[in-house]
This record gives sequence, C-alpha cells and structure tokens, in this order.
Amino acid sequence: MSLIESTQRYFHAHVRARIAVLLSAPVAWLGVLYIGSLAALFITSIWKIDTFTSKVVREFTLSNFIDVLTDKAYFNVTVRTVGVAIAVTIICAIIAIPMAFFIARVAKPQSRPVLIALVITPLWASYLVKIYAWRTMMAPDSGFLNWLISPLGLSSPGFGMVAVIIGLSYLWLPYMVLPIYAGMEKLPDSIIDASADLGAKPGRTFLKVILPLTWPAIIAGSLFTFSLSLGDYITVQILGGTFQMLGNVVYQNFALNLPFAAAVALIPVIVMIIYLASVRKTGALDNL
Amino acid sequence: MNLSRTAKVVLWGFMGFGLSFIYVPLMLVVINSFNKNKSFNWPPTGFTTMWWSKAASNPGVKDAIILSVLTATLATIIALILGSLAAAAIARYNFFGRDVISLMFVLPIALPGIVTGIALNNVFTNFFGGLTFFTIIIGHATFCVVVVFNNVAARYRRMGSSFEEASMDLGADRFTTFRLVTFPMIRNALVAGALLSFGLSFDEIIVTTFTAGAGQTTLPIWIFQNLFRPNQAPIVNVVAAALIMVSIVPIYLSQRLTQERK
Repeated sequence: MSLIESTQRYFHAHVRARIAVLLSAPVAWLGVLYIGSLAALFITSIWKIDTFTSKVVREFTLSNFIDVLTDKAYFNVTVRTVGVAIAVTIICAIIAIPMAFFIARVAKPQSRPVLIALVITPLWASYLVKIYAWRTMMAPDSGFLNWLISPLGLSSPGFGMVAVIIGLSYLWLPYMVLPIYAGMEKLPDSIIDASADLGAKPGRTFLKVILPLTWPAIIAGSLFTFSLSLGDYITVQILGGTFQMLGNVVYQNFALNLPFAAAVALIPVIVMIIYLASVRKTGALDNL
Repeated sequence: MNLSRTAKVVLWGFMGFGLSFIYVPLMLVVINSFNKNKSFNWPPTGFTTMWWSKAASNPGVKDAIILSVLTATLATIIALILGSLAAAAIARYNFFGRDVISLMFVLPIALPGIVTGIALNNVFTNFFGGLTFFTIIIGHATFCVVVVFNNVAARYRRMGSSFEEASMDLGADRFTTFRLVTFPMIRNALVAGALLSFGLSFDEIIVTTFTAGAGQTTLPIWIFQNLFRPNQAPIVNVVAAALIMVSIVPIYLSQRLTQERK
C-alpha cells in the first residue's frame, strides 16, 4: 500500500483528523493571532501608563475606565457617535427601502440586474475616493453643492457633523439596499396578491405586509450602516472639520496612551454587542 | 403589484434621486480631473488634460500602486487558502465549537477597523519586532479571509453534499472527488471571493495605517497623505478619477461570472 493510499485511508476513517487538517491553519490565524491580539489589547486597558515615556506599565488599574465613564467630554463624544450612527442608519433606510422596493417589485424583471448593478457599482469604488468626492461636493463657497442649491437660497453646510452624516450615508447606502432588495425579492407574489384580493390598497399592503416581512432584512442592512459608522474616523477627519467621533479619540490617544485608547475602543465594541444581542431575535443575522 | 400612477411616479422619483445621489459625486470627480482650475471652483472655467499626464509621471503614485497590487495579491492568496479550508470544515462537519468558529469568521468585519488596527499594531510592535511590509499583508489577510469564507461557505451550503456522496459511492476517493466534483462547483465562489478580497485589500486604509512599516505607502495611504495638500489636489483628483473608472472592471468580471452560472 503506497503512502498516499494509506493517508487516504486514515483520513477516510478518522473524521476528527479531517476536521483538524481543515481547521488548524484558519483557527491558528483568526483564533490565536487575531483573537489573541484583541485580548491583548483589552488587557492593556486595565494597565497603567508611564506619563513621561508613554510606555505601558503592567500594573492593574481601573483609572482608564473611570476616566472614560466620568469625563463629560468622552460621554458627549459617545453620545454624538451613536447619534451619528443612528442618523446614518435612518437616512440609508429612507433612501434604500423605496429603491429596493422599486427594483424588486415594480421594475420589469429583465431590468432588475441592471438596476442592482447600478447600485452595487460604487461599492467597488474606493472608500477614500468617495469621501474625497464629497469633500469637493461640499466645499464651502465654491463647491458643486453650493452652486446647485444656492438658487434655492440655501448654502452648503460646509465641513462638520452634517457633512459627516451625509458622507457616511453615501458610503454605506449599498449595504442597506442589497439585503432589503434580497428580502423583498424573496416574498412570494401570492402573499401580496392575497392582500390585494382582501381589499388592501397598495399603500396598506406595503405597510402591513411587505414592510413587516422584510423587517429582518432591514435590520440586517442596519447592522452594516450602524457598525461601520460607529468606528469610522477617516471620514470624520476629511469631512468633519473640528467635529470628532470615538474613532478619532482612539486614534489620537493610540500613540501616547495605549491603555486609554484601548478603553475607548471598547465602547463601540460594547455598543455593537448590545445592538447584535437586541436584534438577534428578529432573525436579521440569517439575512446577512 | 398594481400601483396607481402617482405611486409609480413617486417611486421613480426615489429611484432617480437615489441613483443621482450615488453617481453625481463620482461624476464630479471625473469631470474635475479635467478642470483647469487648481482649486476646482464650480462651474469649471476651462478644461485640460495636463493633470492626467502629470499624474502618470508621478513616481509616488506609481510606487503606491505597485505596493497596493502586491499587498492585495498576497493577502488574497492567504485568504483563499484559509477561507476555503475553514468553509469546508464549517459547512461539511458538525463538531464542538462550530458556532464559536463561525462567529470568529465574522468578527474582523463586524468590529470597527480601528479596533482591529490597534490590536494588531500592539502585537506586531511588541512581539513581532515591529512593522514591515509583511505586517500589512497579515493585517489585510485577517479581514480578507472573512469574505472568501462567506462566499465559499454559502456555496457549500447551497450545493448540498449529495454530489460528493454520489461520487464516493461510485468509488472515487476523497481527493478525486474534490478535484472532479467539489472544486468545479465552488470555483465561481472562489473567484468571486478572491475579487472581493482583492478589492477590499486594495482599498483598505484604517488597518493599513496601523500595520504598515515606515515608508510602506499603499495607494490609499498616499491619497490620504496628499489629500490636504493644495498643491497635490489635481493629482489626487486624477488618481481618484482613474480609480472610479478602474472599479468598473470587477463589476464586469462578476457580471460575467453570474452569466456563466446561468
């Protein structure tokens, strides 16, 4: 019996050996390197810092968390960040739901792939390029947006929180359209026909039948828009002017006070875990 | 669905608004790359191709593109290997800790990039002897694995295991079954995952910021460094416009893939 044959036989007989061969490398990478790094980071958050050298001192302290929780400034940044993430999610939902409904239920079936491709295309355009595009759009005084809306007596909001919300909504919109489209397309015609046969007008069918049934898909989309907004700091640097979010606080403290940066970085992680836990029952996680 | 005329008009309006929201900013960048005015005042007063030729001969841009392509290629190769191995295990076997492992394959995308970035930076600088070109690749592969895994695992789930069982019932061994039955069925998912992974890596800036060694300037890092320099604005804009045009390539490829499937 050749070596190859005997190896084949061995793996055929031993399920655990097969699983071990398949999983050892991926688990070493993600389980040890990645999860290990995360664990190391969060352990750092209960360590001290030498204020002169910015070196981490391995002594237990809760002062980083006490600072984060008691300082009004960090509380405000947290509220602002969650507020921006919620605003971005709502704006994306308001734009995405009618678009997804139109593509899945109103447009001719043969034009659906084209419309979906039109929505997905910008996903491939660079993140920075898209935010850069909005920087040119929103430039105060001479920007395109100013030129567009000045006849209406309006002017560009310039760089700040509003610009950040618009920029983030722009970035994450396709992530909202796609799951909602998939959810709406999946709905059987019979349910919608039944609603109409029973006398519901289209508006009522939409609100009472289609929207509740696609709710898990909407939540699935919101997971992307919410979590991607929570941790962002590059968009805030480019479009935010002096406006700051949690990511910026982490970024600024990272080089000088890693334990404190780690404690701040835990905030979006905890917010995200709470959000995930609270939407788990809707079945949104199966719609990803 | 039977909708009234007004409802249809309103929906068309939303669709039109949504699509112009998506495309107007991108088109603006492309138009501005020919704008004579260095500060891009709108409307443009004249057009020129000067910025394109200047960008083409810019050494910083060229080096950054080469580094980004190299990084994305290597990260994608690692992601393909690790992602498809894990997908095969998760989709085909039931074992203790399976749910934990599938959760682990969502985390690098679910957690904010800055968390992944500083966590890896901390470990690389303290235990791996500092940041280099290879630490970028390790960082990128960590989130690229996720997209390959998702694509391949979804394909495994959809195709079921009956074909593989039939092949083995007919006397093929595991390796032959993989080569002649499983691999051809997951090939498209591998290509789609590789495309996504390459795109993600090519575009990534946050994890890169924290894992790149000194002087390792990927294209996104280059753009970010030059974004706030008024002198470089036209070159940055040309690079942005070029990237928008290049982004049509993967769309075309993935469109071809789905057509093949039909």
